[in-house]
Amino acid sequence: MSNKRPNRKKGSVSYAKWGYIFIAPFFAAFAIFQLIPLASTFFYSFFEFYRSGLKQIGPNFVGLQNYIQLFSADLPKYLGNTLLLWIVGFIPQIVISMILAALFTSLSLRLRVQGFFKTVIYMPNLIMASAFAMLFFALFSDSGPINSALVSLHITAEPIRFLANVWGTRSLVALMNFLMWFGNTTILLMAAIMGIDTGLYEAAEIDGCSSWQMFWKITLPLINPILVYVLITSMIGGLQMFDVPQILTNGQGSPNRTSTTIIMYLNNHLFSKNYGMAGAVSTVLFLLCAVLCLLVFKVLTQDESGQKKRKSHKAAKGAVK
Amino acid sequence: MKNAKRFVSLALALVMGTSVLTAATGCQSGPENASAAPVSSKADSSSGTPAAAEGKVLNIWCWNDEFQSRFNSYYPEVKTVADDKSTTTLNDGTVVKWTINPNDNNNYQNKLDEALLKQNTTADDDKIDIFLIEADYATKYTDSDYTLDVKADLGLSDQDLAQQYQYTKDIVTVDGKLKATSWQATPGLFVYRRSIAKDVLGSDDPTTVQKCLSDWDKFNAIAQKANKKGYQMLSGFDDSYRTFSNNVSAPWVDGTTVKVDPNIMEWVDQTKEYTEKGYNNKSTLWSDTWAADQGPKGKVFGFFYSTWGINFTLLGNSLATPVAEGGKEEAGNGIYGDWAVCEGSQPYYWGGTWICGAAGTDNKALVKDVMVKLTCDANIMKSITSDTQDYTNNQKAMEEIAGSDYQSAFLGGQNHIKLFATAAKKIDMSNASPYDQGLNESMQKVFHDYFNGTVDLETAKTNFEKDIKEKYPDLTEVKWPE
Repeated sequence: MSNKRPNRKKGSVSYAKWGYIFIAPFFAAFAIFQLIPLASTFFYSFFEFYRSGLKQIGPNFVGLQNYIQLFSADLPKYLGNTLLLWIVGFIPQIVISMILAALFTSLSLRLRVQGFFKTVIYMPNLIMASAFAMLFFALFSDSGPINSALVSLHITAEPIRFLANVWGTRSLVALMNFLMWFGNTTILLMAAIMGIDTGLYEAAEIDGCSSWQMFWKITLPLINPILVYVLITSMIGGLQMFDVPQILTNGQGSPNRTSTTIIMYLNNHLFSKNYGMAGAVSTVLFLLCAVLCLLVFKVLTQDESGQKKRKSHKAAKGAVK
Repeated sequence: MKNAKRFVSLALALVMGTSVLTAATGCQSGPENASAAPVSSKADSSSGTPAAAEGKVLNIWCWNDEFQSRFNSYYPEVKTVADDKSTTTLNDGTVVKWTINPNDNNNYQNKLDEALLKQNTTADDDKIDIFLIEADYATKYTDSDYTLDVKADLGLSDQDLAQQYQYTKDIVTVDGKLKATSWQATPGLFVYRRSIAKDVLGSDDPTTVQKCLSDWDKFNAIAQKANKKGYQMLSGFDDSYRTFSNNVSAPWVDGTTVKVDPNIMEWVDQTKEYTEKGYNNKSTLWSDTWAADQGPKGKVFGFFYSTWGINFTLLGNSLATPVAEGGKEEAGNGIYGDWAVCEGSQPYYWGGTWICGAAGTDNKALVKDVMVKLTCDANIMKSITSDTQDYTNNQKAMEEIAGSDYQSAFLGGQNHIKLFATAAKKIDMSNASPYDQGLNESMQKVFHDYFNGTVDLETAKTNFEKDIKEKYPDLTEVKWPE
């Protein structure tokens, strides 16, 4: 060890240079495709900049006017829609995934043909979201197969007009998001549960723990970091929800704009290539995402570290005693 | 367990395989489109004809295959059509490249605008030579420098254009310059089911039916009568929209103010009433339900349709066995022949397609020839009408057919050209504005919520204002009729 150091100094060959060269392509690509567009989006959000017919209007600097207009308009409503659509889909998703993950990893159950089920539940995620939405649009249309089945089975006399109804539309969006993502979440949670030392369960069993207790006292606390990860990624995905409601409602966010998400609202501004307003929406969405993610992260990890602190505190106290 | 694993890996492999396959098919369009370029260069070398000043690629932009099929069937210079229809080769070796972008959500215009803005910087063979526009947004393009003057720049003479309907020229004339030309005139009529008319009115004769429907009060009365017999008068919310929106007293937009015409509110009231009383089937334009209502199982009295709608849309929807599945366009297949037309309660037009020569084209002579042959040539116009039942833009030819014993088998032997010829003269497009498409679309879709009972009238109005301000940031105010 000691004789290597002088060697480096003598040779005066800086290998660090190669390190920079190797990572340069990433930074170049990042700058061109991410950083510059990001900065220009932010920049143009302070401008009046759109197209009227084939005529370009602007860019004229207007200060914060776009933001003022944004908040005086319906942005909070669309934010609410987005969060609502996400939560309605996410709650069943996390519950079902948790149950499935617990069942699949349960040592006492030892389910057979697990691989088959894992493949099947993951499948909906392989379909393009837009194709999936088209499928649901056709299935649940006023004269679609679901309605003809319901009518011919005499469950309803008249076809149910799912897409003309606020909760009909919202439920369909939530159902689709649930179907597409519960498989993915199950697999993630399974990986987390399988990472837990089986010795803990064996010890608990010997102490006379029920499997219900084991789930709440061992599994859940120990997979907390993965749960946080699932929650945050799902939330980012949820805030950026676009393709499913866009295609299901034919771009209208109907009825009464109750399924218009923030990104759909952003998309509306692109009708006239309104880069100013669209930039303002994007900036707000970016800030919202950042704040919400930090908040969730703080809340969920603080608990854990708080507990740890308390535990170590107790342990220290015990040691003193 | 091993078997299960094998099964899983097989399933996964299959899934991967299919995704690879779909990727492969998805990619195919790329190389095929690109292949047009090499073909043209070959043609270049083989036929070094004197017309070398002209480009060897004619780029045509449109939103569906209507013009494409007219071009391929009726343009005399067509030599071969590619199997996938993406290109057409002409006798002199020029390759026509078709770029088709569907209309929905402004998609066609967005793509077209992008391409037109780059028109000056792209290579000659990639420049747009011809693009098509619709009545709803025609002025957006005719009132710009991206379209050529049909007479001054392309060289069509007044004599060439003499037989075209005046309104088809008026709408695309800006400051005295004619900026586009059309092969069709699109007067609208009311198409009704003969069998239902017989049941409700006791007669399916167009003159008798017209007498019963000649104004809106009568129309509403028949709607009630039809409803009692278990039929719906109209299919959905948007069916009668055009008859009201074409009979407004002023253009949609005045300066930066949107003025909603009282006649549009008439449509709102009528449709609300029809929806509540069950006179319509709550469908929306172009939806599955709407299309099914035009089919054998439909119970709808009639549809407001203009010329192209009858041969292009209604005919296809009315067949029990579609042509693609081996069905024939003849009586006995679905409700072919169970239709007839009458003028309806108000004259109106719907749609219409114009051909524009794009500024910067390297094929001026060819563009001119396409325009002359496909919009001015009386013989071609006449054969389009007799073959396809489309109504073409040539007064003399149409009067001739109107006066002849021409019969449409689809319309139960009626000579509908006669009615169109009368209706075409009444068309007034003086209230067209560049905002029409966006405003008409917003109006229809926003009020669906009101008809469905999800929102009240005031909310629907506010939603309309929100909608159009997102679409057109330059519009500042909306004035509703008192």
